[in-house]
This record gives sequence, C-alpha cells and structure tokens, in this order.
Amino acid sequence: MTELIVLAGGFLAAAVRVATPLLLAATGETIAERAGVLNLGLEGMMLAGALAATLGATAGGPWAGVAAAVAAGMLLALLFAAVAVGARANQIIAGTAISLGAIGLTGMVYRQAYGVAGAGLDVPTLAALSVPVLSDIPLVGPGFFRQPAPTYMALAALPLVWWLLFRTRAGLALRATGESARLARAAGVRPRLVRTLATVAGGGFAGLAGATLVLAQVGTFAERMTAGRGYVAIAIVVLGRWHPVGVAVASLLFGAATALQYLFQTLGLEVPYQLFLMLPYALTLLALAGAVGRVRAPADLARD
Amino acid sequence: MTAPPALELLDVHKRFGSVQALHGADFSLMGGEVHALLGENGAGKTTLMHVAYGLVRPDRGEIRTGGVVRRVHSPRDARALGIGMVHQHFTAVPALSVAENVALAAGWPVAPGPLGRRVRALCERVGLPLEPDERAGRLGVALKQRLEIVKALAADARVLLLDEPTAVLAPAEVADLLRMVRHFTEGGGAAVLITHKLAEARAWADRITVLRRGEVVLRGTPQRLDTADLAAAMLGADPAPRAPAGTAGALIEDSASPVLVQLQGLEVPRESGHGIALRADSLEVRAGEIVGLAAVEGNGQRELLRAVAGRLRALRGRLEVAAPVGFIPEDRSTEGLIPELSLTENVALGSGPGDPWVRGRRLDWARARAYTSDLLARYGVVAPGPDAPAAVLSGGNQQRLVLARELARRPAVVVAENPTRGLDLRAAADIHDRLRRAAADGAAVLFHSGDLDETLALANRVVVVTRGRLLEAPAGTSRAEVGALMLAVV
Amino acid sequence: MAVAAVLLGLLALAVGLRLAGYDAGAALAALWRGSFGGWYAITSATLVRAVPLTVIGLGIALAFRAGAFNIGAEGQFYAGAIAATWIGLRVATLPPPLAVAATTAGAAVAGALWVGLPVLLRLRYGVTEVISTLVLNFVAEALVSLMVQGPLQEAQGIYPQSDMIAPAARLPLLPGTRLHAGLPIALVGAVGLWYLFTRTLWGFRLRAVGAGPRAARISGRIDAERVAAAALLGSGAIAGLAGGIEVTGVSYALFQNLSPGYGFTAIAVALLARLHPRGVVAAGVLFGALEAGAGAMQRDAGVPAVAVYLVEAVVILVAILAARGHRGGAEELA
Repeated sequence: MTELIVLAGGFLAAAVRVATPLLLAATGETIAERAGVLNLGLEGMMLAGALAATLGATAGGPWAGVAAAVAAGMLLALLFAAVAVGARANQIIAGTAISLGAIGLTGMVYRQAYGVAGAGLDVPTLAALSVPVLSDIPLVGPGFFRQPAPTYMALAALPLVWWLLFRTRAGLALRATGESARLARAAGVRPRLVRTLATVAGGGFAGLAGATLVLAQVGTFAERMTAGRGYVAIAIVVLGRWHPVGVAVASLLFGAATALQYLFQTLGLEVPYQLFLMLPYALTLLALAGAVGRVRAPADLARD
Repeated sequence: MTAPPALELLDVHKRFGSVQALHGADFSLMGGEVHALLGENGAGKTTLMHVAYGLVRPDRGEIRTGGVVRRVHSPRDARALGIGMVHQHFTAVPALSVAENVALAAGWPVAPGPLGRRVRALCERVGLPLEPDERAGRLGVALKQRLEIVKALAADARVLLLDEPTAVLAPAEVADLLRMVRHFTEGGGAAVLITHKLAEARAWADRITVLRRGEVVLRGTPQRLDTADLAAAMLGADPAPRAPAGTAGALIEDSASPVLVQLQGLEVPRESGHGIALRADSLEVRAGEIVGLAAVEGNGQRELLRAVAGRLRALRGRLEVAAPVGFIPEDRSTEGLIPELSLTENVALGSGPGDPWVRGRRLDWARARAYTSDLLARYGVVAPGPDAPAAVLSGGNQQRLVLARELARRPAVVVAENPTRGLDLRAAADIHDRLRRAAADGAAVLFHSGDLDETLALANRVVVVTRGRLLEAPAGTSRAEVGALMLAVV
Repeated sequence: MAVAAVLLGLLALAVGLRLAGYDAGAALAALWRGSFGGWYAITSATLVRAVPLTVIGLGIALAFRAGAFNIGAEGQFYAGAIAATWIGLRVATLPPPLAVAATTAGAAVAGALWVGLPVLLRLRYGVTEVISTLVLNFVAEALVSLMVQGPLQEAQGIYPQSDMIAPAARLPLLPGTRLHAGLPIALVGAVGLWYLFTRTLWGFRLRAVGAGPRAARISGRIDAERVAAAALLGSGAIAGLAGGIEVTGVSYALFQNLSPGYGFTAIAVALLARLHPRGVVAAGVLFGALEAGAGAMQRDAGVPAVAVYLVEAVVILVAILAARGHRGGAEELA
C-alpha cells in the first residue's frame, strides 16, 4: 500500500515536473492568443530562453539565468510582433521563421560560448524547494510542494494571469482585441499595441519555460533541446480552452502522459507508451471539434 | 442670452475619391432637443455624424461644443467631449458579456459583482433594462441596439448621435426606443436621430434638418414642415438632370415577351443567416424589361437580387429564372473582381464548360486573352492590357470590366446591385447605356440603386421594396409617390 | 526578390558568424564545398536533400495557393513513410516497377488520409487547419515511435527501427552516387503542378479561391470550401509521397527522426518560391544545399550545422515582409 502511494507520488511529481515548462509557455501563449496572436515562434522563444538561462546562470548564478531567459524570450517576441503585428505579415509564417531562426542562432552562440565540449553540467541550477509540512503530505506533497522554484512561479502565475485577463480593464481590452480588433478599436483600444504587449509577455513566459528546462531539469543546454515543447504548448492552450485553469489541467495531462512512460519503465511493463503520448493530442483534436465542452477560439486569432 | 448649442458643425466638406460626400454642411444641435437628420442614402448623414464623432477627418470645417471650437480626431476625443454614437452596425463584441461591453466602452472597473450591479443600475435609471451577464452575441436585435445606447450613456454622453437606430426594430420597439431618447433629452441631453422615416421624424423630433447630396436643403420644426415638404427636400423637388422621365412605369408592358424571372411566395433569409429578409408575394420580369427596385437600404432588396441571381438560397417559395444569369455584385473589389489576378483571369473567373476557352478540363489562355482584349475594346475599359492586374484599374474601369464579363455572355437575366456606386457621371452613364442595350437585346434586367433618381432614370418599371415586401409602382406613379412608398409614409 | 532574400540570409549568417567569433570566410567556403563543391556533393548531398524539400514544397504550394495553411506536412511525410515501409516489406516478390509504384502510391494515400481529419474538421466544424495539422505532426511522430518499437520493429527486436524494405521496392540510383529516382519524380511533379495552376480549369479555380474567396464564391461556379479541401488532400498526398520516396530512395527503413524537419523547412521553400512550382524546385535545391553544406561547415569550420536555419529564417522573414510591401496600403478605416 505504502509502496503504491510512493509510486503514485513519484509519478505525480514527474508529471508536474514535465508539465512545468509546458504550463509556463502555455500560460504565456494564452495571453497572446486571447489578444488574437497565434505565436508559432514559441518554440524558438523557449529555446532562446534555454540558452540565455545557461549563459546567465554560468555568469551570475541561477537567478541571473532566469532573468536572462525572460529577457531573451521577450526580445525574440518583440521581433515576432514587429513582423506579425507591426507589419501585419502572416502570423503563422512569421512564427515558423522565428522558431527556425532560433535553432540556428542558439546553436551558433552556444558552440561559440562553450566550444565543442559544451557547457557540461557545470551550470548552477535551481534546487527543489520543499514547502514545510505540505511537502510531507502523501501523494501530492512531492508533486506540488517539493519542486524547483519555476513550478511555484507557474502555479503563482495562474491566478495572476486569470486576474489580469478577467478582472482588469487591460484584460478586457485584450480579450476584446482578440475577438475583434475592429470592434476593440471602435471602443478606443489600440489593438496593435495590445497585441504587441501580449506577445512580448507571452515571450517572457516562453523564455522562463526554457530556463526551467535548463535550470530545473536537464542542467545544461543542448541544440534543439526544446524538442517541440513550444508547439505542444500551443496544443495545450487549445485543449485548455484559452483559460488559465483549463491550461493548467491540460498541461498536467500532457505531463502525465510523458510521466507514464517513466512509470512503465520503472515497473518494467511492456506497454506501448506512445499511445499515451498521443492521447492528449487526440483530446486536443476532439476539443477543436467541440466535443470536449464548448470551445471557441478568440474570433480574431491569427487574422490581421 | 441663450446657451450655445451643444454641438455645432460648420461648413463641413469631405471628399471620398471622386465623390463629394459633404459640401459645406452646417448643423447645430441644442441642449435638450431631439434633432432629426433626414436624407436619402448617400446624402451624407452618416458621414456628417462621423465627423462629429471623430471617425472621419473633414477636408474643411469646424466642430464646436458649447460654443468652443474643438479638435475631434478620434472617437476618444469625441467621448471626452461627452459625445456618444450609436452606429448603424453594432459595435458590441459578441463574445463578451453585456456588462463587459459596457465596461469596455466606458472604462469601468471589471470586477463582475460590482460591475454587474453598476450596469444594472444604469440600465434601470435610463429605462433600458438588460441582463448584465448575458453574452452580447446572444441578444436579439432590439436588445443589441439597447446595449449600444447603454454603452454610449455609460461613458457619460450628453450628446447622443443615433445612426438609423429604428431601421432594424419592430414598431413597438421603435416607440420604446424613442421614448427613451426623449427621456434622455428631457434630462438635459441632446440627441441626433438619423432616419429615412418622415413620420418618425415628425412625431419625435423637436427640429428637423434635411441633407441632400452633402448639403443642408431644409431646416425647421415638425409643426412647420409637412411630409410632402420633407419628401420633396429629401428626394429633390425636380427630376435630376440625368433622369429623362420623372415617372415610373413609362414603358407599356409588352405581354408578348417571355417571362424570364418569375417568383411566388418567396422567402429569403438575411445574408447573415438570422431571420427573414424578404417575403415576396410575386414578381415577374419579362425579356426587354428593366425593373428597378426602389428601396431604402436593408429592406430586403439585396437578398431578393441575390436570390434571383442564384447566389443566395431561398427558404421557401417558387423561383424560376432563365439561364444564364449575369450578376453584378455591389462590391467590385472583393466580390466582383480579384484585384491581384490579371484582367484575363478575372474575365475567366466564372468559367465553366461552354466558354470558348474551356476545353474539357483545360483552359486555353490564349483564347481567353484574345477574348479579354476584345472585351476591353468593345466595352471601353481603359487598361494597360489583358495581363495587367485588376488592381491597377480605376473604379469605373473595374466596373466596366465586371459588366463586360457578365454581359458578353449574353445572359437571359441581368441582376445588378448599385451598379454605378462611387462612379463619376461619365462612367455611370456608360453603365446605364450597357444595361439598356442588354435589355434591348432581349435580356430581363433587375437592379437596385440607392439613388432613387438613378432607379427612375434607368428603370422602365419600378418595384418598391419595404420591410421585405414588394409593392409594384403602377405606371405613371410620380417620383414623390415612389418616395412615399419607399419611406412607408402612406 | 528571392535572390535578394537569399543574399540577405547569407549576409546575416556571415555577420552572425563574425559576431560569434567564427571565421566567416572559412565557414562559407565549407558551406559551398559541402553543397556545390563537386559532383558527389551536388548529387549525393545537395540533391538528395533537395528532393524531399522540393516535393513537400510543391504540396505546400498547392495548399497555400488555395488559401489553406497546411502546417502538418511533417506528419503527412511520416504517415507516408510508415505506409511505404509497411508495403515495402511485403512486395519482395513483385516486379520492381510494380513494387515501387505500390509502395509510393500507398505513401501518397497515407499522406492524404493523415490530412483527412483536419479536412473533415474544417468542413464540418469550421476548425482552422493550422492547429489541427500542427497537432497531428506530434501524433505522427509518436506513431513512428510506436511502429519502430512495435509492429514494424526489425526482426531481432533490438533497435528502434524497421527492417530494410525489399530491394524490389527501392528506387533506382544514379550510378556512383546516392541520388535516386526521386529527383525526376520531383521535377515531373513541378511540371505537373505548373500545368495544373496555369493550364487547367481546376487549377485556376484553386488559385481564385486562394486569392479572392468571396469573389470566387460569388462567381457562381466555384465551391470554395470544396476546392480548399481538395487542395489540402492533394497537399497531404504529396507530402506522404515525399515520405515514401525518402524510404524507398534513401533510408530503405523506417526510424525516428527520419526527417530533420523537412516538413517545416519545406514551408520556407514554398514561401521563398512565392508558391510557384519552378521556384519551388530552385528553392528546394538551395535549401537542400544549405542542409548539405551545413554538415561540411560543422566538420571543417566548427560551425554548428543548425546555423543554416538562421539563413532560412532570414530568407522567410525578408520574403514575407517584401510580399507585404507589395500589397500594402490596405489600412482599415478608423
């Protein structure tokens, strides 16, 4: 019995760990998409964040890494916004280009900074922080209360973003812009400014997500280390119905699907774990078709 | 000393391309009054109010509120001056709640509890009850309208500009709405009521201003102006110079010509898909006839034309239209043509089996190109050549091209929506000439123009469309009578 | 425009390399050597990579021309690769031309089926194909992983890859090189697409739907949604075919990461070509050369191979901004 709880607790902890960068990136993307911007450059912004975190942490400790990552994500998001919002070029194409470019840029900078040997495991990282008492709760304790700082940041961001979107005038203007830039403009909102700010905020979250990968999980940088997580975050926003709480649940689901793979390996089970990897995507497609509750994308998403 | 007017617009000029929308218009609105602004489509009413609301920057002219010259360069400026506008097209964001829409417009805090109470209180105070939590997109037309007004009032408007607020309402709803407007002005506000409806203006307004072709042609009080005066001012007392006949139905019906368009008991939905736009009892158009639909915008004429042209499916009823049909849509640049494609490609747009350049599944572009060159010459389209993109053509030449494409196929039926909108006189005359020739060659022509003079000049039979119903204007009906039918004065 | 974009891209690479402290001259020289520096480099490195990029790029041009944004070519490529492997393992007894035809045709069908769901979602529920096709890329990658560790795993059951497909199902090679018959297929495909766009009624309707959906619909003869759906299906079939060509011409087996992101890079290829078939071939060769030269750059100049993605990104951004400038001036009112 105790063994089972430990096992389940470990599974949950792994799920939360995998989910954290996804949740951070998806939270940022929720802000951008609510404003009407579909940011396929998210993958690149995460990657840029990961490298910046590595460089920053090497130079000034893990928190300098976090700050650098956020800045890098925002900078790349600003470039994306300049093209896709400012010049009103196609968001999908511009985002694809940003993600491609980030692979090249990070690869070059990384190799130059660390040489062929790479950064190794000398990067100072963020250790797990145990919340007293709470972390000793069986099952959920290790999962939610014995994690590195980014997990707590992601969890803290949820109510903040919810409050921003649904309880402030700025959030109202942002949602109105996502539904119809034309109508928002009629109400005195400046849609391009709103979209730019939302995109840049989303880029900051993506940068933080990249930092999480390096500083709280892998411990070092590798070329293309985000491995599609930015795109996964976009699917999560859809499955989470463009709502912070839904996005949190969806992130956990994606995290759990991956963690299941580790669990099966631990147990030595011969189960095709890929089926579980596919499951959240299948749910996302069902959500798109309107089968999982009532889902509606912001009406002006990815239009100019 | 009387107080200065709440809003004054002085000597306002505005030109859009080749069209002079406003030509020295003056307008003044006193505190506490309902002021009706009358005029036909295109008379400049909406443009004038858009100037006051900062949506249109005038070429010349001045805006004053409370006697002081103001700079109104955006709706934000206008709102700061206490001017609110209720647009003809709804501006509420459908996915947001009623309360959120009000908060967005007025800049109120968003916490749902207090916001809901505040919106509910405002609605009750102004006598326009609404459910704050309802999604705006789910409201019916009358409630959407109500929301628009509440939005304007929430931003503390003292001057309300209402752009045809009654066009979409049922009679009982109209009375409710206008009672509320009265209530607002009695409390010290002032309101401009843009309308086509003479009776409404006379019944509810303190003063009336009539605009025609961008100029003020009549001003006065309902006590001093009767319906005939107003109609004459709106539509122009004398026939316009390009109208050879001031009466409708000049052509003696040739009952020997075949009927090419025939409909009975036809119901057509609105283009948006919500509700019925048209309930037509019967209509026949014979070969050689040019039937003009006289109607104020939004009365179902557009849906009728599109149903006849086969571009909109009727809900029920019988509709028989001889083939082929030539269709000239209202919007040249998004519906008539594809600007980035070449003229040849645009001519080939509706191609199918039967066209000389279509060979099975192949297209013979050399033939299409030669055909296009020939069309350009025959229809007097001024263009660099058949390979130029349509985007480089002037509006008049774009329309000539659309007309050439549709008419050259020798359609049995020609359907045209506002075929000369935005064109200069020469291009318009040219288009008229082409349509007349098509009729002379045996086509049945059915068209609508927002300009009654044009309808009367071009048509040899006029059918009035009001509120989705058809009314034949008998031969000999005078211009003023047609106008009265359109405006439902009788 | 395209040439300017490419030059700007290479310039960005040179400047980036310089700023990052590399020897830009040596890197660009290595890039050249690895791509166009000799017969073997041209045929076995550049053109081998140009084939999938060109074929997929043609498919993307087909969809984008109809205004349908197929972001899922990567997934359709994998669907085709899976099908080709499955068939290729079972046609050993067929005569070679027939075996190849069955294998590649199966791949195309699989690609079309893979995009079938997004098409259905678009037609039935109005769901944008952008997200649905994107999501299916990941499902396809998971499916490949499942296949090479399950039903299609090699006979010994050790490595995560399939057995080699039957020799009969392999595309013929140009003697002395690794270049396979996928190249003529790509070229024929480009000519075919050019013919479709410029000479056929259906291709013309497709372009009209992409350029002006309202006007196309109003013209009365075009069912815009059906045309866009057909273009998406065709696009998926072509991307699937590319997957089949990769298996029958290059890898002879299925494994994970069979595609180094060809489905995404091909979007850049199609865009740089402004969706013109002839341009797709040129851009496909160019990007094939970049990917081929990237390896040499890494070997000889110590510059990471991924640096070429920077060139691709700059090329796309310049291309779309230039296209924007052409259209321009469509500011909304107020």
